[in-house]
Amino acid sequence: MAPEKRSSDEAAQEMISQMADAGQENAWDRFEAQLPQCGFGKLGVCCRICAMGPCRISPFGEGPKAGVCGADAETIAARNLVRMIAGGAAAHSDHGRDVAHTFKMAAENDTCDYMIKDELKLREVAARYGISVEGRNTKEIAADLSDVMLSEFGKPDGTLISAAAYPPPARQKVWEEFGVTPRSIDREIVEIMHRTHMGVGADYKNIVKQGIRASLADGWGGSLIATEISDILFGSPWPIRFGVNLGVLDAKQVNIIVHGHEPALSDIIVAVSQEPELVKMAEDKGATGINLSGICCTANEILMRHGIPVAGNFLQQELAIMTGVVEVMLVDVQCIMPALGSLSSCFHTKVITTSPKCKIEGAEHIEFHEDRAMETAREIVTLAIDNFANRKGKGAIPKATERGIAGFTSENIFHHLGGRFRASYRPLNDNIINGRIRGAAGVVGCNNPKQVHDYGHLAMIKELIKNDILVVSTGCSAIAAGKAGLMRPDAAAKYCGPGLCEVCETVGIPPVLHVGSCVDNSRILTILSNVVAEGGLGEDISELPVAGAAPEWMSEKAVSIGMYFVASGVFTIIAEPLPVLGAENLTRYLTEGIEKDLGGKWAFEKDPAKAAHMMIEHIESKRDALGINKAAERKLYDMEDRRALAVE
Amino acid sequence: MAKAIFVDIDKCLACKGCEIACALAHSQSGILEEAISEHPKPQSRIAVEAAGELGVPLQCRHCEDAPCITVCPTKAIGRNTPESPVLIDNDLCIGCRFCIAVCPFGVIELSRDNKVMIKCDLCIKRIKKQSKPACVEACPTGALMLIDEHDWAAGKRRKAARELIESVLYNTKTKPEDNARA
Repeated sequence: MAPEKRSSDEAAQEMISQMADAGQENAWDRFEAQLPQCGFGKLGVCCRICAMGPCRISPFGEGPKAGVCGADAETIAARNLVRMIAGGAAAHSDHGRDVAHTFKMAAENDTCDYMIKDELKLREVAARYGISVEGRNTKEIAADLSDVMLSEFGKPDGTLISAAAYPPPARQKVWEEFGVTPRSIDREIVEIMHRTHMGVGADYKNIVKQGIRASLADGWGGSLIATEISDILFGSPWPIRFGVNLGVLDAKQVNIIVHGHEPALSDIIVAVSQEPELVKMAEDKGATGINLSGICCTANEILMRHGIPVAGNFLQQELAIMTGVVEVMLVDVQCIMPALGSLSSCFHTKVITTSPKCKIEGAEHIEFHEDRAMETAREIVTLAIDNFANRKGKGAIPKATERGIAGFTSENIFHHLGGRFRASYRPLNDNIINGRIRGAAGVVGCNNPKQVHDYGHLAMIKELIKNDILVVSTGCSAIAAGKAGLMRPDAAAKYCGPGLCEVCETVGIPPVLHVGSCVDNSRILTILSNVVAEGGLGEDISELPVAGAAPEWMSEKAVSIGMYFVASGVFTIIAEPLPVLGAENLTRYLTEGIEKDLGGKWAFEKDPAKAAHMMIEHIESKRDALGINKAAERKLYDMEDRRALAVE
Repeated sequence: MAKAIFVDIDKCLACKGCEIACALAHSQSGILEEAISEHPKPQSRIAVEAAGELGVPLQCRHCEDAPCITVCPTKAIGRNTPESPVLIDNDLCIGCRFCIAVCPFGVIELSRDNKVMIKCDLCIKRIKKQSKPACVEACPTGALMLIDEHDWAAGKRRKAARELIESVLYNTKTKPEDNARA
């Protein structure tokens, strides 16, 4: 298939052609080799849960209507769906748990390589978690907070503290009434595995309900903990310039790419990679320096905090190795293609796995432990420097790069909107109410070879901002937007409708705000809660003129994210349908009925522009319901009226 | 005769991928996500029948001396040319089911809307576009093949020859005197 049909990114196209010329296979080739993909799997009607099976339900109604145990298509698809949520919530939350352990170590141990970098945020978060902060020092607060957060994963009783401290009260009431307020994080995931075991739950709605609960434990629990602690430990992001795409690699320097999801090691790599001794060592080997860049969400974590350039998103991981100039690709967890192992054997590139959870054949394993962080980081950087001499040829780096601004958070957006002295969400709410901004959309998620790489994200985002919808973005979607220049402040004049353009230019922000990695979708939840708290746009997230989308999703994490947005009251649209279409009632519930229970719902649409218009339609309907689309009646005030005006 | 679908039973995993692909190829939209809600629901012309632990995909064999052609009272079933597959003309078919009665493989069925008989048409529309029948393309193990019977027979002969040689070599190597010497 022609490179333009695989990716809309020029740099990616260039590397795809090179891979084809060199006879190297990549994810697109392997996807084509898998076609046609299994219809039972796509429709979600294949059950492998017990040894009486595997069973499958004929989707067109010709074969058996139930598995050996009697589970029908609805039960089977619901079980499969919530098991995907279990996988996604587990991945996010285990990431949260790991940084929580690092946090505890930093709080308890003065000689540790980590330290509390954002004391203000520590105090804010601790207060939200009910820890007294008055007159106590950082160490005491951090020690208490880390204990409380770690116990959130497995506490025997009660519900998550954050689920009561962060969302609007009206939202908490919806969960309580529906019975999905998350308890401890691990418990919800374990309960999914129990409920979907052979011979437990069969009612599809009741199965989905547990999926909802676990997803909430992810978004408002595990992911939120990951974000909050990362900010405290590695510093809260602040708007920062960055370079993005494969062109950030430098043929003259030692190139190290970090790839995966967790910031613990990569943040230390950032610190050590510019140490004078190491730079000197690199220069002695003939390099001009050490060039660090990232792929996927590890990239987003260190981009947000340090402005480290991004080499690409998920589908560019193989392409990066193909450039032939990468000395080390250091990986931690999640979204790392096993294919990297065999591909790297054709180059001098060393793929280094660092987590005990992730080993790959063909990769070297240097296990990372937080208590020896600096030491391990130096070892890896040295290995990269030594490997520089083994580079064969000049390599082939695509020229395409782009620049942009990243580093927006629920906290610093206060300052951009209201200024340093009267930080507030008021201008955002006001501009939504007066209609300059019609609403906001979160466009997030992965890459998937089923869609033209990046095209889904970009076509959708451009359509949204053209229609005056402010976009917040995370993960590989944010990287796609960055590569296309949508995170440059001047993008507002080029792509936005007049209202959004005016706001962006006044405030000085790009129309697409990079709010971080995929666990940082929790930042979007916090922003939504803050907008509700600011007032004037209803009492609950479900009343806001907002929508969410994952136009190129592929991972189980995306299912969990989608579900927690739906369960938080957000209309969420994805391209590839959830694997549930073989179950008619379940599909109808997820795309219609669930709205009555939780205020949000799912939609599936592969055409990104069409999907954007479904989001716009939804946003307008919410504006209508809020009554902010009606032109305000002009009222002539007399003195009596003026006296009656309350002073705020 | 033109190419036909052959089955290598050793390779069939009974995944029923061919059944879905066939129904989809004969649906209105041709897209899985849309076909799932079509009325009438798409129907497969191939069926994987269980034979003990194994599965055997069965579809119309497009017999040379097809009994269904002979029995059809309205001449709805026939071949355009001696080379082409056996096809049913929906306009002529009256749904009398006589063809089911005489088919030795049970691969003709009544359509969901009860109007006409349906069976494998060898994906004649797809073949015109130079692609393989849907079931052949979908088969993940290559158990279903679209080949000329001469090629198939030749392939089987080569396999038989190889096995014969292997067994001869094995027998030569394991002659009693060899064993004694070893």
